[in-house]
Amino acid sequence: MTTLRLRPSRAPLLWLLFGAGGMLAALVGPMLVFITGIAVPLGWPLPADLLSYPRAMSFAQNWVARAFLLAVIALFAWHAAHRIFHVLHDLGWPTGRLAVLACYGTAALVTVVALVALVAVGA
Amino acid sequence: MRQIEIQCLRYHPVADQAPRWQTYEVPFTDDMSVLQGLQHIKDQLDGSLTFRWSCRMAICGSCGMMVNGEPKLSCETFLRDLFPGPVRVEALNHFPIVRDLVIDQSDFLRKLESVKPYLIPGKDPEGTFLQTPQQMEQYYQYSKCINCLLCYAACPQYGLDPEFIGPGLMALIHRYNADSRDGGRAGRMELINAEQGVWTCTAVGYCSDVCPKHVDPANAVNQNKVNGAIAWLAGPFRPKASGKP
Amino acid sequence: MTSGADETRQGHRYVRSMAGWWHRNPVYFWYMVREVTAVGVAVYALVLLAGVVSLALGEASWNRWLAAMRSPASIALHVLLLAGMVCHAWSWFAIMPKTMPMLFVGGKRVAASTITRAGYAAAVAAAALLVALAWWLRP
Repeated sequence: MTTLRLRPSRAPLLWLLFGAGGMLAALVGPMLVFITGIAVPLGWPLPADLLSYPRAMSFAQNWVARAFLLAVIALFAWHAAHRIFHVLHDLGWPTGRLAVLACYGTAALVTVVALVALVAVGA
Repeated sequence: MRQIEIQCLRYHPVADQAPRWQTYEVPFTDDMSVLQGLQHIKDQLDGSLTFRWSCRMAICGSCGMMVNGEPKLSCETFLRDLFPGPVRVEALNHFPIVRDLVIDQSDFLRKLESVKPYLIPGKDPEGTFLQTPQQMEQYYQYSKCINCLLCYAACPQYGLDPEFIGPGLMALIHRYNADSRDGGRAGRMELINAEQGVWTCTAVGYCSDVCPKHVDPANAVNQNKVNGAIAWLAGPFRPKASGKP
Repeated sequence: MTSGADETRQGHRYVRSMAGWWHRNPVYFWYMVREVTAVGVAVYALVLLAGVVSLALGEASWNRWLAAMRSPASIALHVLLLAGMVCHAWSWFAIMPKTMPMLFVGGKRVAASTITRAGYAAAVAAAALLVALAWWLRP
């Protein structure tokens, strides 16, 4: 009876983050991009001063808003890191430690910077 | 009779350094399959053409090959649908070519032995097992696999990483895990949660598209990502899995 | 792979290259398109990150971020990002049923297409909720 030599995987956690980020991006991604990147900057169909400094600050003082922003930024980053890592593998590029660091390390950095910035905003 | 051009990727393991295409003109009727076209070539035109086949009715799984770049059973792929051609026939992708259209399946067969593809009873049923129709429906579609390997030819991750257990075997693992009579789930989790288990899959989904028996191996693999993740999260809180038969 | 003894008797098994695999079949090509939408998701995360960092650094830096977001280049980028997000959402709910166990409602199997359409409905509802929220927060 032959036995497979199986390597245990650290993938489950990264896949859960990928899944959470992907679901969030699928649900809120399009409208967030439209509101923040097109509608408000153009002043139509939403008012341009929706994101004026006083309004942005009062919105961001709310801890629910900050948690939401952290979730969006961090989970989008982990989702993208996982998928981009696998695209590199699919294209036949080397996926050793450097690729792992470039992808997942960036996501970790984005998470930390977002956390620090959002804590600072609320302070 | 109409004629169609069939191009076969030929390869002789001793005489050839690399495969080469060879073209044949094949007369055909509307009821003829690609397999029958190949049989005409072998019987009338070129006896050296080598390919596997058996039942001619899509149940044995022997005649899998690439037809115009798609994994197909040649016995249920019809020349009338490919007319005017040319029809390009090649050995199944992602496997080494032994000769012409014949592949080396030994990797699959070696792994097949290793995934515990049999019922490992949990509790003693004290008599016969009783199973409701809905309990049977949970695993029945996964039991219809004919080991034709079309899903392996479809799966780019298997092509890139031949260590991957692959869609067909993950479907087989799931067939037993989903069977209410089986108690061996914990023992198979090591296969599922290995890097060469579900985690090599990137949900391309082509395996399920090409399966001639509608087994839906993509569903078997990807729902076990959820199961594997749950098992991994619960890992520190569970007693060590035994599950040895 | 064959052993040395097998080689002389059986010859050499030929292993075909995987180079260029993803553009040789339309199924693989569209899979790559789906995967590459992640780049758009990453870019937008960085845009938002720049926003929250700017906000934390004070009014002047926030206004610089707003001005950058109003530039034609940024608008054009966000049109592309919007297309990418829609492509991501479309393909995400299309593949989502594959991760789910069999579902039964009233004894009948729930089809994958039904699950996908439920996902699209949830996305439309979430988008409507965001618009409502933005409208409610307007000055």
